[in-house]
Amino acid sequence: MNPASPAAAMTNWQAFLFTFFDAKTMATYAPKIAQGFLLTVELAILIVISGLALGLFLAVVRSFRIRPLNWLIVFAVDLFRALPPLVIIVFFYFGLPVVGLGFEGFTTTWLALTLVLAAFAEEIFWAGILAVPKGQWEAARSTGLGFLGTLGWVVLPQAIRMTIPPLTNRTIAITKGTALGSVVAVAEILSTAQSAMAESANPSPLTLGAIAYIILFVPVVIAGRWIETRFAWKR
Amino acid sequence: MTQGPVLLSVRGLRKSFGATEVLRGIDLDVHERELVFIIGPSGSGKSTLLRCCNRLEEPSSGSIIVDGTDLMARGTDINLLRRRIGMVFQNFNLYPHMTALGNVMLALRRVLKKPRAEAEEIARAALARVGLADKAANYPTELSGGQQQRVAIARAVALDPKIMLFDEPTSALDPELVGSVLATMRELRESGMTMMVVSHEMGFARAAADRVLFMDQGEIIEQGPPTQIFEDPREARTRAFVQQINRH
Repeated sequence: MNPASPAAAMTNWQAFLFTFFDAKTMATYAPKIAQGFLLTVELAILIVISGLALGLFLAVVRSFRIRPLNWLIVFAVDLFRALPPLVIIVFFYFGLPVVGLGFEGFTTTWLALTLVLAAFAEEIFWAGILAVPKGQWEAARSTGLGFLGTLGWVVLPQAIRMTIPPLTNRTIAITKGTALGSVVAVAEILSTAQSAMAESANPSPLTLGAIAYIILFVPVVIAGRWIETRFAWKR
Repeated sequence: MTQGPVLLSVRGLRKSFGATEVLRGIDLDVHERELVFIIGPSGSGKSTLLRCCNRLEEPSSGSIIVDGTDLMARGTDINLLRRRIGMVFQNFNLYPHMTALGNVMLALRRVLKKPRAEAEEIARAALARVGLADKAANYPTELSGGQQQRVAIARAVALDPKIMLFDEPTSALDPELVGSVLATMRELRESGMTMMVVSHEMGFARAAADRVLFMDQGEIIEQGPPTQIFEDPREARTRAFVQQINRH
């Protein structure tokens, strides 16, 4: 091999650095992507709160076992679990204005992903409720505690503890799903990174976007683990 | 034996699971301060009879009157009546996410609506009564089976029930742990609690029961004082069952 090859390698390496880690481009677009980051955080928090709350509510309603109501819940849940979230977002964004319910991209994405998370969360909570042994219901009812009291004080605390790991997974998945908002002009991380890339003709902003996602998810994963240990009881 | 007034009155009780009739017309009176002990082969309907007495199992027909209140009447608030009927289960069924104290306090707080301090005082007294004052802060998994069952007894006793139902309270316990639960039950009995016990602890029945019922195939075949049932049964089926038990 002749000694020219290190130089060639350097060139490749420099090209790689320039493509993905160009300091100048990154410095230029970092503020924009930081804004996208904050918007993603805001969107994700809203989705997680409303999605989990709606999912829990639906699971509680389902536990009353009112037939027609349960058919409706199961149908809606299956629908929102089956459809790709992107399809739901696009459908809401372009379809709802036809019936006079036009929302901006942010609200549309929030609504669509809330319904998707609620659908998955309902199934998870419901499985948790079913997993609590029948004897727990019987013990509580035999002391005179009513249906809702038993559900609230005895069954749900156990069901929710069991469902924290799958719920954490869903929370992470749906937070990543906020990137889908980019198709309906929500200036979240991916969207800002993409437009920065187009503007600068350099992919380095995408690297910034990836870093932003890592910054976003590390705390979520840590929080999930913390909740798991915090609310675990000795078996 | 002094016969108090009738506390629990069962008439013509029938219960079917699908096509299978597990209770075929039960008539039974339990008097105040009486300990009625129910024996019989598995599948004889004894647990179902017990579970019908607080409507954990819905009877198919018949009447059950507890402390003057018709359990089956449409206007009866079952949750209100259940406060007066304590139940102890084979598998303890303690709430795993609560301490022993929490287990006993839950119904005091949420059913009887006692303020926290008062509920805690009653719960601690109940735990002391079953010999577990020092385990108040422990979770069920930190307790032995016998201790768990005594917490379950404390949970029922704390509500000051008129009658206690025991559904095979020692069947899930290791042999060396049975004694502590039976001692607790005997203490309850001596304090005058009315009790209905489904169990295989014949020694306890001999020592503590006022009356023993032998059930088979959904019917009460024979009843009488323990000496009669265990030593001089009148019915062939009772004799066969008692002989089988004694062989062990």
